[in-house]
Amino acid sequence: MLLIRCPYCEAERPEVEFTYAGEAHIARPADPSALSDDEWRDFLFIRTNPRGRHFERWRHMHGCGRFFNAVRDTVTDKFSMTYKAGAPRPSDEEIALASSATADSAASVKDARP
Amino acid sequence: MSNFRIAGKGRVNRSRQLRFSFDGVDYTGYEGDTLASALLANGVHLVGRSFKYHRPRGILTAGSEEPNALVGSNRGNGRFEPNTRATVLEVFEGLKTESQNRWPSLTRDIGAVNDALYMLFSAGFYYKTFMWPKSFWDKVYEPVIRNAAGLGKAPTAPDPDSYASRFAHCDVLVVGGGAAGLAAALEAGRSGASVILCDEQSEIGGSLLAEPTAEINGQLAWDWLEDTNAALAAMPNVTVLPRTTAIGYYHQNFVGLCQRLTDHLRIVPDGAPRERMWKVRAKQVVLAQGAIEKPLVFAGNDRPGVMLAGAARTYLNRYGVKVGNWVVAVTSHDSAWHAAFDLAKAGVEVAAIVDVRGTVPTQLVAAADALRIRTLIGWTVTGTKGRLRVSSVRVNPVGPGGKVGGAETIACDTLLMSGGWTPSIHLFSHTQGSLTWNEDGQMFLPGRGKEECRLAGAGKGRFGLKAAFEDGAAAGSAAAADAGFAAQPAAYHVEGELSFTGVTGHELPTDRDPGHAKAFVDFQNDVMAKDIRLAVREGFKSIEHIKRYTTNGMATDQGKLSNINGLAVASDALKRPIPAVGLTTFRPPYTPTSFGTFAGYNKGALFEVTRKTPIDGWAEENGAVYEPVSLWRRAWYFPQVGEDMHAAVARECKAVRTSVGMFDASTLGKIEIVGPDAAEFMNRMYTNAWTKLAPGRCRYGLLLGEDGFIRDDGVIGRLAQDRFHVTTTTGGAARVLGMMEDYLQTEWPDLKVWLTSTTEQWSVIALQGPNARKLIEPFVEGIDLSEGAFPHMAVATGKICGVPTRLFRVSFTGELGFEINVPARYGRAVWEKLFEAGQRFGITPYGTETMHVLRAEKGYIIVGQDTDGTLTPDDAGLSWAVGKTKPDFVGKRSLSRPDMLAANRKQLVGLLTSDPKTVLEEGAQIVLDPNQPVPMDMVGHVTSSYWSAELGRSIAFAVIQGGRSLQGKTVHVPMPDKVHSATITGMVFVDPENTRLSA
Ligand SMILES: [Zn+2]
Repeated sequence: MLLIRCPYCEAERPEVEFTYAGEAHIARPADPSALSDDEWRDFLFIRTNPRGRHFERWRHMHGCGRFFNAVRDTVTDKFSMTYKAGAPRPSDEEIALASSATADSAASVKDARP
Repeated sequence: MSNFRIAGKGRVNRSRQLRFSFDGVDYTGYEGDTLASALLANGVHLVGRSFKYHRPRGILTAGSEEPNALVGSNRGNGRFEPNTRATVLEVFEGLKTESQNRWPSLTRDIGAVNDALYMLFSAGFYYKTFMWPKSFWDKVYEPVIRNAAGLGKAPTAPDPDSYASRFAHCDVLVVGGGAAGLAAALEAGRSGASVILCDEQSEIGGSLLAEPTAEINGQLAWDWLEDTNAALAAMPNVTVLPRTTAIGYYHQNFVGLCQRLTDHLRIVPDGAPRERMWKVRAKQVVLAQGAIEKPLVFAGNDRPGVMLAGAARTYLNRYGVKVGNWVVAVTSHDSAWHAAFDLAKAGVEVAAIVDVRGTVPTQLVAAADALRIRTLIGWTVTGTKGRLRVSSVRVNPVGPGGKVGGAETIACDTLLMSGGWTPSIHLFSHTQGSLTWNEDGQMFLPGRGKEECRLAGAGKGRFGLKAAFEDGAAAGSAAAADAGFAAQPAAYHVEGELSFTGVTGHELPTDRDPGHAKAFVDFQNDVMAKDIRLAVREGFKSIEHIKRYTTNGMATDQGKLSNINGLAVASDALKRPIPAVGLTTFRPPYTPTSFGTFAGYNKGALFEVTRKTPIDGWAEENGAVYEPVSLWRRAWYFPQVGEDMHAAVARECKAVRTSVGMFDASTLGKIEIVGPDAAEFMNRMYTNAWTKLAPGRCRYGLLLGEDGFIRDDGVIGRLAQDRFHVTTTTGGAARVLGMMEDYLQTEWPDLKVWLTSTTEQWSVIALQGPNARKLIEPFVEGIDLSEGAFPHMAVATGKICGVPTRLFRVSFTGELGFEINVPARYGRAVWEKLFEAGQRFGITPYGTETMHVLRAEKGYIIVGQDTDGTLTPDDAGLSWAVGKTKPDFVGKRSLSRPDMLAANRKQLVGLLTSDPKTVLEEGAQIVLDPNQPVPMDMVGHVTSSYWSAELGRSIAFAVIQGGRSLQGKTVHVPMPDKVHSATITGMVFVDPENTRLSA
């Protein structure tokens, strides 16, 4: 079970308190009627589905109830950072900084030599 | 009865003798025995039949990795468990156990014919043999072979035990209570860190329990162990959990522990849980799980009496049991020599030590000579004999170039074997940590980790007591330091260390045809070395494919003994080095774990909550039959004496249509939407227009997803300019609120709107029928109920029966109706008052079935029953509810996508069967031409179908391609017994002019 940091509660909480809410940074168009059928289709259905870094939405359902964004690696399941809804997509530097602060030694070898 | 217990040896409590039974025979053992040690003490090796070939099998190990000795255990009072490992099961007074997979008895088993047919059951036999001929599948393979193969029988009665679960947090979790784990726990505990130490065995100590003569820091091992256990017990920051298996290692140091609490007790205290799942979140983890001894692969290595050497040593030193009287050891590793020496010193005749190595440490040979044990260095074992117990072993010298010489037969009743040791890296593998191949030790070792985790001792290839202690101490202090506690690892001085060298390989060399050798690799799944070679010959190259084709390592022991030997054989057959062939993946749980442990408290009434309305108790007292609706239980119908459901529903429907009925609608989802932008928010969420809806009026609201499909509906009342009372479907309440929150928080955070779930704040009593107004009028204060002042779709606040109410004039029946919302705590009192007052009208409580029939007669849909997430408002005939002039609402843009406008979309229509007595089955498929060949072209299906007492015939709804343009046409519903025909109609069957709404 993952630990997820809620940026509103400013605390790590177990995964069971949260629900997943799909890819992040897909804003609803201000005027949907101005979109072509293909553009609207893309908004509805087309997602990046990356292998690796994924920007996604979570909701602290059984906590504060807030929706927020997270950067998670879809291969390792590791969260690099979480941030409030509405905040811009973080840069590579910001993500690197956040993940080194939370997991500096997590992937170290820990003297696994025989 | 033979007695193999040796005076003065072992840790079992000789003052506590216990009686138990195996296959109906009574035996005695001692407190501290496992079933395996107690049976061996009575000279019993034969304990089961193998899975596929029904070969007689004995006790192979002394631990949880046991693949053979699986028994049915009966702990009394309906507590029966199949496939219990005899090496783990602790004996207690009155324990009853039985062998498995044999008929009629363990010694005379009919299924053993499979053994004679063994060439039939080679690798992939499931895929090959059962293909031909087809009739053989039905008549022979399925009934006969499937019946004959297998393990224990599942219990038929419900599990009488309860199970517990608990969350725990600690600084350092130590898995394994042997030398390394104890040293780690001591360091971490002394540092002040909070520590959990768990071990799967009944006693903490690991291999130290079988090392009584070793000296640690000047103390005999068992004295040191006693002091250490006392020291740990005295530390308030340390929790020691024996009988507790770490079953899985998950993300971010989340480790599942299964603690067995009562299986070893004769009398289980009332209410005591059988097992407890610990869900531990540890800052640091130390894995000190030790190593598992490898069998050697040679013909007849599975006969009862053939046993791992280390296990024999454990039975002797820990349990005081000699495993036989005439012992031969075959080995490629020093450890079997030590087992043979200990047995010889205990008075057992050791006929020979056969070592496949060309040279062995000279001190071993000298020690053997001193004990007058014959040594055969550079020899091999090529067979064993003995039907139910090994009686002799066939040995041959191996000459230069690997040439196998002439055979000699040595009599024995026990054959010890050791192919070296495999570090237990299972939990480390759960973390997706990488493994590296260690060429010197011929073993996989932990590589790069992904968690805050260390390994220590034999579990990472550091064999020997001193290495284990010092490695454990280092890991424990480093883990404590990483958790923020200062620690300095202690040094250990060990006397009596055993030599620990060896070689590993694939099958032992033989002078016979290896293609016919019954040389087992996987004892539990009956996989032989020749099966793996056959799989390679047939083209399998990936170890993952070989595993699945041969089933090697796929039994409940997850290949703890067989994976590495299978890999060695595959590597040899593929002519590729072991690391290039690769290892299969270990997955949780580490050992078989009961379903009860995973379920914990979540069973019976606690499996899922049952939501009940405040009026539920009245319904129960008045004989309601219930149906589940999402998590709620709802009164389905109220049968009177002698009534079946059909009669009850017909009576309830009639009461509503002719006088008045009452219905508990409290489960309806309710959301209070408040704020200066509430109407704007409603405009954006729902299809309908809300701006002009006056306070005090209601409107049917339709909610779509952004994809344009119907998600939910409900009547919505506007109480004030800035306040809406939204109702949702019973099952959709939480989903709708979540969807609204999503849009409000993330798309329109500028809107000043607040959402509150009020589902459980209101009790809702629906009064429906021509006498509804007459009934409630005397009880209502502050609301003029006249038709002009309070028409259909009006809402007002006032009082009823002296308590506050939000009164809705709404109808889901087509009759004059009210939905009385009162604060939940008054629900039952108001219900009872109105029921009492309604007696003069013959007031009739009705349930959800009648509600369904009445709404269907009126053509009202139920979202989720008549819609399925693929219907647009137009498909459902609800275009009138869409505010077409609104610039935008959720899902609006999708309604003009080309596919949403296609002519042949499935549309909701009414359906009247040609035979009025036929009530169609909901979900039944509809075709246009019943005579077309199968598979037919299905154009839709029945969504709702009822008997209408009002009409004296059946009615139904269906979705049918282009349905509205087919009005009056006949369609067909093929069912197993006959094909029904029906006519497509409109959806309103009763009172199409809506005259009754304002009666
Ligand atoms: Zn939160």
